[in-house]
Amino acid sequence: MPDLSFAFAQSLSGLTAAMFLFLIASGLSLIFGVLRVLNFAHGTFYMLGAYSAYQIVQWLGTGPITFWIAALGAATGVALLGGIVERFLFQRLYGKEELYQLLFTYALVLILSDVAKIIWGTQQKSVSRPAGLTGAVSVFGATIPDYNLFIILLGPAIALGFWYVLQRMRVGRFIRAAALDRETLGALGVNVRALYTGVFMLASFLGGLGGALISPMRAIVPGMDTEVIVEAFVVVVIGGLGSFWGTFLGALIYGQVLSFGILFFPRFSIFSIFALMAAVLIIRPWGLLGRPLK
Amino acid sequence: MTARWPVLVLIAAFFVPALGSRYYTFLANDVVIWALFATSLNLLVGYTGLVSFGHAAYFGIGAYTTGFLMKKIGVPFLLAFPAAGLLAGLFALVFGFFCVRLTRIYFAMLTLAFAQIVWAICFKWNEVTGGEQGMPEIPYPDFAWLERVAAVVPSLGYRTSEYFYFLTLLMVAICLWLLRRIVGSPFGRMLTTIRENPERAEFIGVNVRRYELGAFVIAGAFAGLAGGLFGIFNRGVFPDFAYWTKSSEVLIMTLLGGMGTFFGPALGALVLLWLNQQIVSYTQYWPLILGTILVVLLFVFPGGIAGAVLGLWRRLSRRPASA
Repeated sequence: MPDLSFAFAQSLSGLTAAMFLFLIASGLSLIFGVLRVLNFAHGTFYMLGAYSAYQIVQWLGTGPITFWIAALGAATGVALLGGIVERFLFQRLYGKEELYQLLFTYALVLILSDVAKIIWGTQQKSVSRPAGLTGAVSVFGATIPDYNLFIILLGPAIALGFWYVLQRMRVGRFIRAAALDRETLGALGVNVRALYTGVFMLASFLGGLGGALISPMRAIVPGMDTEVIVEAFVVVVIGGLGSFWGTFLGALIYGQVLSFGILFFPRFSIFSIFALMAAVLIIRPWGLLGRPLK
Repeated sequence: MTARWPVLVLIAAFFVPALGSRYYTFLANDVVIWALFATSLNLLVGYTGLVSFGHAAYFGIGAYTTGFLMKKIGVPFLLAFPAAGLLAGLFALVFGFFCVRLTRIYFAMLTLAFAQIVWAICFKWNEVTGGEQGMPEIPYPDFAWLERVAAVVPSLGYRTSEYFYFLTLLMVAICLWLLRRIVGSPFGRMLTTIRENPERAEFIGVNVRRYELGAFVIAGAFAGLAGGLFGIFNRGVFPDFAYWTKSSEVLIMTLLGGMGTFFGPALGALVLLWLNQQIVSYTQYWPLILGTILVVLLFVFPGGIAGAVLGLWRRLSRRPASA
């Protein structure tokens, strides 16, 4: 049995992973909740966020705030791309068979990941940690990099902000209404088309932001998109597709199962994640905190 | 007429190695195996209306079964090949039991989850599957008797890879014939009924879940057989056989060919693999081209090639009548 401070460090590393997963999975869950589409391209938006952040840092050089500009710029760029894709292509597939929508998002994965390869090549890229967060602190005998601590704090902050928008603001009410009954909402005079575009952009923004923020911690490589989409997918399935706090819970569970699974059963940690997902789907197909679809 | 042309295609396919090009034989072999894989998926997606996003799991299980039996234990092909179908079918029975309880998007997700479990096991279970490195150097079936015949009749002298192509062709032909029989049987008709209207099928007393599970097992078994052949053809079995991107590749083939028709997916396999071979010699950006083809397909020809050709045929044959 490993000692307590080691277990604590392990759980913190799981928590860091969970916050990234939450950022990415919340966008996936939002799109599913409102648009009823499983967006495979969401992982690709995350990858594009990472590459764009790298690119902007390259342009701006090193400065005290360049990383933050790069992260926001990358997320905004990805959001714009998402908006264009939704407005001009995706919107034509609403009401068609689910298979077509699913395959369209997969086509986006194929196209955009190759475009990224054309622009940035296959060599791995990296971004250095932002100024001021390069050190590490010691908590209960465990050493945690400042940047990880920042991510652990940022995750709940974004969750709360997101929750506030969804629950307390007018636009959030529209989004929730669209998830329940789009026809009635349209009949009440809300521009549902524009709302969908907005939701898609917001989700893409979160995905892009996740990619940009992970760039100082992991190498940016082709293929990171198909890997992360499976992880995000597991998170939303465990928590409940379309459920906001479910996604948060799913991310926490995923992070802890993965980081402790690696500790105790190093070879079957990935397996345990997928087994957990299958178990949830069998017992509660709509996820731990989700609601059954009509 | 409809019963005769597949036989003609089969006979023509037997003459591919006679063209003397190793490349064409290789391509034809690839196409034939994928044709079986895609057709098995079509039984689910096209005929029963169940969108599986994890069909690669059974392909992978079949590939590992045949590969393991032939390489590690030395079992002859004639036993190792049906074993692939058997084991894949068995797994499909267990996984399918849970999957058919869910509907639409949840069904697709659970099939994907099971496929990822299979992938994770193949990826990590080093003792049996070789883990990340996979299982290279799967032996060819024993063709010694054919070589002895060839020593007497020189016109039958071919390379081992070409003998394997003939064997593949024969096996796939038998499988497709069986699948065709299944689709045309009362069981197959009932699957189509379920696709069109599951509630109504339930009302007339059909056990919808049991039929869906039946289709799931049959589709999984045939995907396993395709995988068994593919492992030998590929000279190795690797974990990515069961990865989710493989499942979407075979879905694209099925869609490209046309889901509503029996031979559409096989046509999709032919077109996609041929295009792939043509394009990779010009550019490494095959996924970009594939994605673009897929977008065009979804927006312009949702019925696939077979759907488009059939539509054109109907329009052309109707015109003289209306004039």
